[in-house]
Amino acid sequence: MGFLEQVYRDAVLEHARSPRNRGTLDPYTVRQEGINPSCGDELVLYLRLQDGLVDDARFEGHGCAISQASASMMTQAIKGRTVDEAEALIGHFKAMIHGKGVDPSLGDLQVLEGISKLHARVKCATLSWVALDAALGAAAAGTAEAPQVDVDAVDAVDAVDAIDAASG
Amino acid sequence: MAITAERRDDFPILRRRVHDAPLVYLDSAASAQKPERVLAAVDDFYRQHYANVHRGAHTLSAEATDAYEAARTRVARFINAPDARSVVFVRNATEGINLVAHAWGRRAIGPGDEIVLTVAEHHANLVPWHLLAAERGAVIRGVPLGSDQRVDLDALKGAMSPRTKLVATFHVSNVLGVLNPIAEIAGIAHEAGALLLVDGAQAVPHLPVDVQALGADMYAFSGHKVGAPSGIGALWVREDLLATWPPFLGGGEMIRTVAIDRSTYADIPMRFEAGTPAIAEAVGLHAALDYLDEVGMQAIWDHDRALARYAIERLRRVDGVTLYGPEGDDRGGIVTFNLDGVHPHDVASALDVRGVAIRAGHHCAQPLMGALGVRSTARASFWIHTTTDEIDLLADALGEVRTFFAGVA
Ligand SMILES: Cc1ncc(COP(=O)(O)O)c(C=O)c1O
Repeated sequence: MGFLEQVYRDAVLEHARSPRNRGTLDPYTVRQEGINPSCGDELVLYLRLQDGLVDDARFEGHGCAISQASASMMTQAIKGRTVDEAEALIGHFKAMIHGKGVDPSLGDLQVLEGISKLHARVKCATLSWVALDAALGAAAAGTAEAPQVDVDAVDAVDAVDAIDAASG
Repeated sequence: MAITAERRDDFPILRRRVHDAPLVYLDSAASAQKPERVLAAVDDFYRQHYANVHRGAHTLSAEATDAYEAARTRVARFINAPDARSVVFVRNATEGINLVAHAWGRRAIGPGDEIVLTVAEHHANLVPWHLLAAERGAVIRGVPLGSDQRVDLDALKGAMSPRTKLVATFHVSNVLGVLNPIAEIAGIAHEAGALLLVDGAQAVPHLPVDVQALGADMYAFSGHKVGAPSGIGALWVREDLLATWPPFLGGGEMIRTVAIDRSTYADIPMRFEAGTPAIAEAVGLHAALDYLDEVGMQAIWDHDRALARYAIERLRRVDGVTLYGPEGDDRGGIVTFNLDGVHPHDVASALDVRGVAIRAGHHCAQPLMGALGVRSTARASFWIHTTTDEIDLLADALGEVRTFFAGVA
């Protein structure tokens, strides 16, 4: 398998071609915008939470194959999970994408691991996850219209955390 | 004298491999690679002459000061500024433009005054004016492109009014690759009684620049795009203007006398250079400009334009490629494009794994992206070391990239 094929695995391209859970939700518990200012890509995530479960998740916006596939697979992975499980998944996903190992609970999401080797593209993959993290925080605080999050800022902190964890 | 492939040997980084392939660096417009001569000059300066400038009474400090001031004189000569006193060292073009907005703008611009900008400006030549306009209650007037993707000069004339205080525009566009007719724009600005600031970030590395012949009042550029280290750039301002401006930043180096509650300020240009400057970087800039003159600015411009023509011809024949920017003798070595059905970031990654470095995104020109009707684009940019073989490699790769991503987006 060539390097490009390791990053853009067939399943990734397939999700990019036909993203799942694209669209909006009405009603929703929280609506969260995420932006990647360095490239201008934007994503809007809608969550409906019920009794501690992610009842439904949708996204809209535009971006590259990686950001679209990542958002598609993320919404698929969190639907029907508890909020706590979704939060744990965020941690595992970020660890994987920063090259810090693959937790088995990631399941199908493991096909995105190759992106960790393309440093320039890590933020494309984390955009939807950063939005999810912020959305769950907003929902816990009872906010339905969450303020936009900036993946550049969050990812920079995550990357430093990952370096600290590795060296300490 | 034409530029030959031997010039590649001047750039040590071109010997490295990326993802197991030879590096094909097509991102000079973002930042230029460094000729050996610049690396050697910086290295020698640190090993033999380094000290702080303008303060010590010892030999090294005097040598460092001489080297720093020699770099200023070199910049003045390179852009044909009448005097080195009117050249202020800054970190980059962005800081140069911000300096003008602060030192000149906050006094000269009042409520209702107008600043004219084109839709094709880099954010560096937009945001400082947004900040100033918000603070001073000024109005920004935007000038569109014509159908030929050049600045619409009739629209520019129409945007001028008795309230226009400034026209600020690019010399060469970082997206469209086109040379702006600055001398003509200077005439339009001056006729209305406005000043003209030129963002020369993409021009100084690529063509002979003569700020006097252009009729500019202020001209800014970045060292890192001319092969110098990052962290140094220059702002030239007509001396009669600069002499009347108050300081931009306060601190050491820029004062004449300081009491506990007040200070008086140094003459130009030191008045605008608070704190320890980028000393070795200035020495590197000197070496870079020497290098460019040795290669020949006219030769570089001819080389860039020939490569642009070649690339446009080659890419046009790749299925699904859309090209942006005008064609003609005023088109420099920047070729911006999109590949149908593939996001520019995915294009860039697919090229990166073959060792080909291009830029993808909005290129800090979001209003222009809007005018072109796209969110982002891919961009290949050329310089002294670029060859037609590299452009062939790009074009061939793009065909395969399109197949790989077929059906995505
Ligand atoms: C046309 C133009 N203006 C301004 C800039 C800003 O340059 P710098 O980031 O070095 O200040 C750039 C570089 O990206 C540019 O291409």
